[in-house]
Amino acid sequence: MLLKNTYNEFIKIVAKPRSYLGFGALTLLIAIIIFAMKADGETIVSFITASFEQTLSFNGKLVNGNLIAFIILQMLVVHIPLLVALVTGDLISGEAAMGTVRMLATKPISRTQIVLSKFIAGAIYTLLLTIWLGFLSLFVSHLVFGAGDLIVLNSDGLVILQEADILWRFGLGFCVAFLALLTVATLSICLSAFAENSVGPIVSTMAIIILFTIIGSLDVTVFDTIKPYLFTTHMASWRSFFEDPVPYDSIYQSIIVLLIHIAVLIGITLYKFNKKDITS
Amino acid sequence: MFVNIKVKPNFQTIQRFNCLVCMEKQAIIKVDRLAKNFGSFEAVKDVSFTVNKGDVFGFLGPNGAGKSTTIRCLLSLISPDKGTIELFGQSLAKNRAEILKNIGSIIEKPDFYKYLSAQKNLEIFARISGANVSAKDIAEMLDFVGLGNRAKHKVKGFSHGMKQRLGIAQTLLHKPELIILDEPTTGLDPQGIVEIRNLILRLKNEQNKTILLSSHQLSEIELIANRMVIINQGKSVVEGEVSSLLNSEETLVRIELNDAVKGERIIREKLNVSAVTQTAANELEVNITKIRVPELCKALIDADLAIHAIEPKRKLEDYFMKIIQS
Repeated sequence: MLLKNTYNEFIKIVAKPRSYLGFGALTLLIAIIIFAMKADGETIVSFITASFEQTLSFNGKLVNGNLIAFIILQMLVVHIPLLVALVTGDLISGEAAMGTVRMLATKPISRTQIVLSKFIAGAIYTLLLTIWLGFLSLFVSHLVFGAGDLIVLNSDGLVILQEADILWRFGLGFCVAFLALLTVATLSICLSAFAENSVGPIVSTMAIIILFTIIGSLDVTVFDTIKPYLFTTHMASWRSFFEDPVPYDSIYQSIIVLLIHIAVLIGITLYKFNKKDITS
Repeated sequence: MFVNIKVKPNFQTIQRFNCLVCMEKQAIIKVDRLAKNFGSFEAVKDVSFTVNKGDVFGFLGPNGAGKSTTIRCLLSLISPDKGTIELFGQSLAKNRAEILKNIGSIIEKPDFYKYLSAQKNLEIFARISGANVSAKDIAEMLDFVGLGNRAKHKVKGFSHGMKQRLGIAQTLLHKPELIILDEPTTGLDPQGIVEIRNLILRLKNEQNKTILLSSHQLSEIELIANRMVIINQGKSVVEGEVSSLLNSEETLVRIELNDAVKGERIIREKLNVSAVTQTAANELEVNITKIRVPELCKALIDADLAIHAIEPKRKLEDYFMKIIQS
């Protein structure tokens, strides 16, 4: 029954026009970034490398597909949560708003299975969106700009990664980015169980992300103890794969924090939805 | 030598066993002392009733009496605070999934995924109905409810009546034994109401389905239900056979005539009927056995009274009002 309803949920996602907003928006944004970098990329990069030019000399093509993919990922990972929440925030509350939750809950499928099937379908959607992001940023950037070594400006300084040493970093980076987006998806599904319309969960998800990001960026001692436990602190962990050496301990810690968030949020959703009186 | 055989009975065998053991009618729904509060508001205080196999069971009550809450409890949409619900002889709390496989329902109004076609909607609900429903079954069901030519059309373009018919299709698709219809004719035009009524009668007569029907249309209940319960202010007030509750031997007749005072006297004196009331200047209401209605007409005509209209008044309406007001 879980698989059958997951299939149902996926059919619903595929049939909803809003599901394509994310793919459309990503395509448009990436096209704009690629166009901008093609037009003015060298100037932008030389502005960044200018401070190092007294001690380092750069040879070769700095504006290449790898750098563009990195920039795209850096810029969009902040915005993609909205595109994810747009679909996942509607998964339970949308059924309540339409009245179909009544029909669904009178079928011989447990409420736990209903929630889990929605979570799985939401996870598949998030994965597809991440894959689309990866495809456009890596494949199209390489087509337009070609390959090359990647220079990354970290807080510790400039890291130069060899061309042959990059693809696996992107692969694992996208996996961690997917986990971060999955946490956002789970948060919006959880909020969706408390709401009767889809606007509330979508707006609330973004509000929580913005709030936690502000708390994370504030240099206030009071917040130092909670910062490591906020999922937003770990949403940019994919970036750690572009450090040398890769700080695996920090990445594992981020993965654990994100997984705990996902598990707790699913638990809250299951509890709420199972206890909920469906009166709509 | 004793052989210890342990047999784990499945749902169907339990039903059959119940049927064999009980020589009386098999109870399909048994609600006992149901209560549900929403915060401090007592939506259902004490509702009990039994629906037997093959019944078309009328579920009556004024707005806010607790009908919808009770029905939602029956379908596990709402958890009751007190009381027990048994369906097919099984506790709903313990065997929810098995029980729901045998129930088809429409609660208030059928809502569908507007962005999907009628066929896709039925496929979605069929997939989780617990029964093997083929594409052919879906096509046949859409034809049955008169939506065969709209199968591929998105539901967002459907009228209320069409959605209601699609709701009926969804209800019957997995061939349930029990059908629960909460206000199935709300918002339908007269033709739609007649269609639904005929459909319910067909389901009862041809397929021997058990039907729980909640409706504001008292005439509808009077026409098609064989048993009923009336609930008021969250409590079940009366339950029984419709015919015995309404005393179908008697009928209430409304007569419009030129002289109501004379008419009343004639009826009292000639027919010896005391249950006659003047309700308007030219109008009488007479409670009389059906067999004496021709005699009543003859007496009035013999007394040179002009009868402008004579019609049976719906007894359930009066009975319902009497119960609710008391």
